[in-house]
Amino acid sequence: MNVTHDFGLWVAALLTLCIFSFLYRDNPLYKFAEHLFVGVSAGYYIVLNFWTVIVTNLWDPLVHATRAPHPLSAQLGDYRLWLLIPGALGVLLFTRLFGKIGWLSRWSLAVIIGVYAGLKTTGFAQSDLVAQAQASLQPLWNGHVWQSVSVILFTIGLITSLLFFFFSREHKGALGVASKIGVYFLMVSFGAGYGYTVMSRISLLIGRFQFLLEDWLGMK
Amino acid sequence: MNLSSLEKLDRRWLFLLMGLLVLGPLIAPIGCPLVVTPPVQGFYDAIAKVPNGSTILMSCDYDPASRPELVPMTKTAIHQLMDKDCKVVVTVLWNGGPGIVDQTWRESMRDYPNKRYGVDWVNLGYKAGNEAVMVLMGQGVANAFPVDYTNHSTADLVALPIMARVRDYSSFPLLVNISAGYPGTKEWVQQVQSRFHLPMVSGCTAVSAPEYYPYLQSGQLRGLLGGMAGAAEYEKAYGVKGAATKGMDAQSLAHCFVALCILLGNVVQARKRTGGEA
Repeated sequence: MNVTHDFGLWVAALLTLCIFSFLYRDNPLYKFAEHLFVGVSAGYYIVLNFWTVIVTNLWDPLVHATRAPHPLSAQLGDYRLWLLIPGALGVLLFTRLFGKIGWLSRWSLAVIIGVYAGLKTTGFAQSDLVAQAQASLQPLWNGHVWQSVSVILFTIGLITSLLFFFFSREHKGALGVASKIGVYFLMVSFGAGYGYTVMSRISLLIGRFQFLLEDWLGMK
Repeated sequence: MNLSSLEKLDRRWLFLLMGLLVLGPLIAPIGCPLVVTPPVQGFYDAIAKVPNGSTILMSCDYDPASRPELVPMTKTAIHQLMDKDCKVVVTVLWNGGPGIVDQTWRESMRDYPNKRYGVDWVNLGYKAGNEAVMVLMGQGVANAFPVDYTNHSTADLVALPIMARVRDYSSFPLLVNISAGYPGTKEWVQQVQSRFHLPMVSGCTAVSAPEYYPYLQSGQLRGLLGGMAGAAEYEKAYGVKGAATKGMDAQSLAHCFVALCILLGNVVQARKRTGGEA
């Protein structure tokens, strides 16, 4: 065992143990670590966003534009003084803080929603609707027994799961049976999702333990 | 044993047991078997099939919160790409990510003393805008990223000669995406793979993996690494034992324990309902 002499690693390790102490019961050490984390994170991300979003995307290009011979002759990747328009829309978002002129923020929100709705709609239609529908149309028999079984199961699961969400008729008779089978397929998918979620959370715990054992205590 | 007593069990005993089950194998590994599954083999093969010396786009869309799951697979992908003499253009769409991504790259590149920053790889850093950045990159990578993470202009081909090989998505035979959520794999598939037909592989956190399996089944993704298990299988396919492999014993024991808890909980509840044990 070769315990680190790095002050930063000691702080990180002790804060990790403070957070773990909550598993026993709520206590002042946990509260201290939690509040410290929230405060530092908020401060860090405000500063980070200022320097990586506002300065790099707005301030620096505008300063550059004022020095350019033709400040309004924009081209791809160099929008010059035209950046004042998104800059102004960004400022308008803060009018929500002032009651009477709060409605001005809707203009900015309209642009944001419009742009992202356009981007998402076309992207979703191409990748999730058309491509997925195409991929779902598979021959049930392709000469290989297990691959065919897999395709048949997939097709049954797809159709019965879709039928479960058909609410225009009461789920009785054939529709009732099909939707019941659909529920089982959905439950399997929820189970798989739960398993993966557990894996994600355990991975975080493993990551913390690996940090404590290897980086802090030097047990490599 | 009186199963109904389990209902009154202090949950801190479960926390303690879980802690020990995770900690034990990290101190004394037990070597649970690991099999490389087809999605992971697909990821490995997609990179292996890229011609040596190609220029690859690698988007590392995560921040330090996903470090245990995503950093190991990033490191293995870097090694596989560098072994093939590929040139790699790195982007980040999470604002908390550039630091950890740069650290991961520089740690990995210590194994390749002959490879140089700006020549063999470049970190273009973070750009705000999510999907808008992806679309803008289709009109020119340098337009979306005027400067790199070290503040060199991407138009400066003396400092960053690698950028001479990069125009837009047509410059890349493969996109390697390491994703922790939004923006990430889903958005790259929607905005880039489907629109620009750029072949793509993804490594993601386990919690988001089920959402991406349909893309794998449809061929929109060539391969998929799901969480720490995916990273460990990838390490096995590549032939190394990294941090993910070391964590898999603990992962397996923890999963068995969770499954046992669910089973016991259901048995207790079932007996209560049928009027057996109260």
